[in-house]
Order: sequence, then structure tokens, then C-alpha cells
Amino acid sequence: MSIVRKISYGDAINEAHRIALANDSKCFVIGQGVNNPWFVGRTTVGLMEEFGSERIMDSPISEAAMTGACIGAAMAGAHPIAFHPRMDFMYLTLDQVVNHCASWNYMFDGKVNVPIVIRGIVNRGGEQGAQHSQSPFGIYANIPGLKVVTPATARDAKGLFLAAVNDPDPVIYIDDRWLYEVEDEVPEGHYETPIGKANVLMEGKDVSIIAASFMVKEAQKAAEEMQKEGISCEVVDLRSLKPVDMETVNKSVKKTGKAVVAIAEWAFASVAASVAEAVYQENFGRLKAPVQMVTLPDSPAPASRILEESYYIKAEDIKRAVKRIV
Amino acid sequence: MTMNTFAVPELPLLKNDLSLNKIRIMAMLERMLIIRYTEQRIAKRVEQREIGTPCHLYVGQEASAVGICFALRDTDYVFSTHRSHGHFLAKGGKLDELFGEIYCRKTGCSGGRGGSMHLCDPSVGLLGSSSIVAGCLGIGLGPAFKSKVLGEEHISVIFHGDCVPEEGIWHESLNFAAIKKLPVLYVCENNLYAASAPLADRRLNDNISEAAKVHGLHTEIVDGNDVFAVNKAAVEAIERIHNGEGPQFIEARTYRWLGHVGYRDDIDVGLRDAKELEYWKERCPIKNLEKNLLFNTVCTEKELCELHEKVKEMVDNAEKLAISAAEPDSETLLKNVYSKGVISQ
Repeated sequence: MSIVRKISYGDAINEAHRIALANDSKCFVIGQGVNNPWFVGRTTVGLMEEFGSERIMDSPISEAAMTGACIGAAMAGAHPIAFHPRMDFMYLTLDQVVNHCASWNYMFDGKVNVPIVIRGIVNRGGEQGAQHSQSPFGIYANIPGLKVVTPATARDAKGLFLAAVNDPDPVIYIDDRWLYEVEDEVPEGHYETPIGKANVLMEGKDVSIIAASFMVKEAQKAAEEMQKEGISCEVVDLRSLKPVDMETVNKSVKKTGKAVVAIAEWAFASVAASVAEAVYQENFGRLKAPVQMVTLPDSPAPASRILEESYYIKAEDIKRAVKRIV
Repeated sequence: MTMNTFAVPELPLLKNDLSLNKIRIMAMLERMLIIRYTEQRIAKRVEQREIGTPCHLYVGQEASAVGICFALRDTDYVFSTHRSHGHFLAKGGKLDELFGEIYCRKTGCSGGRGGSMHLCDPSVGLLGSSSIVAGCLGIGLGPAFKSKVLGEEHISVIFHGDCVPEEGIWHESLNFAAIKKLPVLYVCENNLYAASAPLADRRLNDNISEAAKVHGLHTEIVDGNDVFAVNKAAVEAIERIHNGEGPQFIEARTYRWLGHVGYRDDIDVGLRDAKELEYWKERCPIKNLEKNLLFNTVCTEKELCELHEKVKEMVDNAEKLAISAAEPDSETLLKNVYSKGVISQ
């Protein structure tokens, strides 16, 4: 790490690709629309020119075969990055990912590990409707053998990406287009954000807000606004959803005695529910109020702008949850 | 009942077109016998309930695995299915480790975590087998993809059954391999059945290879019970791959003597016709090869007897070793969910 400068989340992902590709000759990238800003923002644009079309590839519209090919290449010792411009289409890959990728190291007693990064982009809003809007974190976090990371800052977008590329196990790396233009301090050169470590972004004493991905930004916004009202919130960015860092979460809840979990996913059988359950397990007698959940309504995403307004959760929803328990 | 057969010659005419020498031929026969005796032993133990893991046995199909794998190098990769014992042994997987895994012992190739359907030996290019129909059609592209992207020499072989072209990913895989010109050899072992459903009930026309050709692959249909024919087709296909002609497809037409899983032949429960099995037993890949070797005086009856005895003893020993081996320790349950000692959540 040398000079710290500010760059955007999207550019940080692009920079992380360049570093990984330059440092590791076994690393390559494939996905649909690799040069297409409508698909990937700026995150992979320009890579083909720099690293050649042998290593940076557009894919046929075959999510399962393309992802499977990358999983198999990883089994044979490559370090592929398979990306999906919309997470919704990753359901087409679930057999390859769950039955194969995630089980392989266990099923073959540690003889064949799978060092792959499967990158899914959350891309919602703009009246895109149910099949172009999803962020099903829990589906992947549910699977033994997978790791799941969801960067919320530009710094972690780069650091988690490089950690994922260097990890010996499959990592589902999920970035969010609503964060692509957000800028923060990003060190130059190679560094890694450790997988499985949460980060306390704001310290506080009244309530712990435990958030992930885009909702971290909303949690920070909510915390800043409530500070003016005399409510002190601690914001914990989970960063990794699997393994999830309950040590950091519980340390915070131990201090505040109150917790709000804010993750933009469906609540039932979710990461948010699992985190809340783990908070109860560890802090049963210590909690001063029930854990509050800020999650998406239990419905597919709507198209209409008016309905979207009610569907997507924001800082206001977090504030309401905090106020219910302070 | 309908007889399920192919339009093939009355009895196979084995022709040693590649002029394989005696050592090579006897090695192929030995490998086929190892598979045959192993599978028959496993069938017996399944019947006796000594083995619990579901075993999908390869009896009758030995020429296909051996013919293909004898055309490969150790550095080439093979992906296989739920019916993987034959491919594992043909590619050079260790017999002791196979029996260890079938008995779910610590000494098994997958440490008792995989069972019959999940065999591996990375030292000879066996990165694992999948029990999901068409599961390996995606991941099996992987080593070939790596080979292409990183400029390496190895190829990838994907064995699959005749029902796999009914799955969507078969088409994705063939198209992906064709457009990327990947060094993949697809081997469709057409044994006429998917579990108990005959091919004719599942597919309008007998056109699996034609479908592969539509995706741009060079295809060849061979008598899968003729080890010379299979081997020749594989050698030629691999040559084309190394000449940069892209993925190749071999349909090896064969037949499995036992039911989909376990020791039974499923004739008593009406799933197939006894005459059909008899028809195919006359086309036994091992018996016909031996007849051919004797007729052409490649070897003597005595040599064949000795070979059978040798293989039986190998199988006896491997099984004994497995039975006496330790079972996995229950405290290792969560080991290897992740590599490098990361503990499961």
C-alpha cells in the first residue's frame, strides 16, 4: 500500500482485475458483455485490450456451460473469474455451482480444490421487474463449500476481489451497480481485504446496525442523520456473508445491547435471519430489545417506479427500525 | 417385449487396424478383465449387503473405457459419471483405492467421503466423477479450456451416457467447445438405457451423433464392444484435436449386462427381455477379444488362464485390503469442506 487516493467502486473493481491478471498468469476472465458498459459498467472494460482476447473472453449465452468450464479449469489448477452481469441469470448455473463446485473439495477428500471466483452483479431499479433485480445472497451463503463476499466500499471492492482471486476455495463475489459511482480511498497496488472479517465503519453506543453491500451506505446515512437526533449508532459492514464474522458482530451487540440487521434480500431463510439468530444465541440475556430486520418485502421485484419506491429499502427504513427500539 | 439393439453386424469383427503389439493388446485385455472381475465382485457383495454405497456397474461395457483410455496420456483428463468404476480403472486409478472407496474406508480414493459414484485420482488426470446426469458436461470442459487459454497440451475426455443429449447443458457444452475450439473428446457410451427407460422411448430418432455434428463436431459411431475399434477411433480423434480441428465426438454403442444400479439384471421385474441380454452376452467384449487372440495365435489358452488367475488374485487382494482398512474417524466430519483447514460455519 502506498499513496491513498479516491477512486470509484466500479473503477476499483477494474483495477483489481488488472492487478490479478498482471500478477497471475493462470488468471483469466470470461462472461457476457465483457466490453459492454451496459452490462458491466466500467468494471471489465479495457481489459481485453490490455491482456488480449486469449485471457479476456466474451461468452456464448450458456451460463451453465461457461461457469462449469471455469469450475473445471479451476479444478485443473487455473484461477478463472466467471462473471454474470445480472445475478438473476446465475440460477441457470446452480447445478454446476452447488452440486459440483461447492462439493468437490469435500467429496474428494481435499484432493481437488476449486480456486474460482464467480462474480455476480446486482443490477436493479429502473423498472426492470422481477427477473432483472435480484440479490439472492442467502442461496449462496446456504451452501457449504462456498464463500460469499459483498463489498460495500471501493476499498473493499478491490481488496475482497484480490483476496477472492488468491483464495484456494470458490468465492462468490457479489458487487452492486448502485455503488459503482461511489468513491472512497483506495490504496494503489496489491492488498487484500481478508475474507470472513467484518468491519466497524462507525462507532456508536446505542444500537448496532449490521449491514451488507449497498445497505451499508444506507446504514451510514441513517446513522449520520440520527446522530443529529442524539442517537448513537454503530455500523458494522459484514463484508463477507460466508464465513460471517459473528465475533465482530457480537462484540458490537454486547456493547449496545440492540441490533438492527439491514440486508437487501428476502427475509425468510436469509443471511439476515441467520445473523439475527446468531445474535440471539450469543446475547440472549443481554439484549434490551428484539433484533430488528430491515429486508425486502416478501415479493418479487415490481417494475413500476411507484411500486419500486415501496419495494427497495433505504436509510429511512433503517431509521424507522432503530427508532422502534431506542 | 421389444428387443433393444442397434443395426450392427451379426457378430463383431475385431480388426487390429493399428497393428498393436502383443504387450499392448494383453495390457488392454488385462485392464478389461480387472474391470470385469471387480464389478462382478462388487455385485456379489451388494447382493450380500456387504456393500452399501449405490453401485452402478460397468459389466459389458469394458471395451469402451479401455479403448479410449489406452489412447490417452497420464496428463490428459477424464471426467465420468455415476457409472465410473470402469473409467477410473481404465485411466489408471488404483484398484486398492477403488475398493477402499466402495467400502467407504479411509483408504479409499476419496477417503470414504465420495462413495461409489465419486472416484478421483488427480495423479492420472481423474479430477472426479459426478452422479448428476450431464454434471460433467460443464466442468469437464474445464481442463480443455485451461489448456486452450494457457497454451497447454493436455486434452479433456468427457464420458457420458445416451440420456445426456436429452439435457440442455449437453448442447451448451458442445457449442462452447466448438466455438472456442477446445481440445475435448466427448465419448457417448450408448448402452440403450437411461436407468430403465429404453432409448427408443426417449428419443424420436437414433440420431445422437447427428445432433453432435450439428454443433460442429467431428463424429464417429463405433462398436463399443470392440476394443480395437474404440481405440482406433480415439487415437484418430485425438490426432485431429492436436491438429487443431477442435472437439471430437465418439458414440460407442454398447450394452450393460446389469440393471441401472446394483447386482440384479432387472429381467425378473420385466424391465427388459432375457433374449435381449442373451443377444448382448454373445457380443461380450472380452470373450470376443479372447477368441480373436486365440484364432490369430497372438496368445495361448494357457496365457489367458494365467491372466485370469492373476487378475482374480489382484481383485481378492484389493478387496481384502479394503475390508481390513480403517473407517473414517467421525471427528473428521467437517474436514475439507474448505481447503487449508478453514472450518465450516
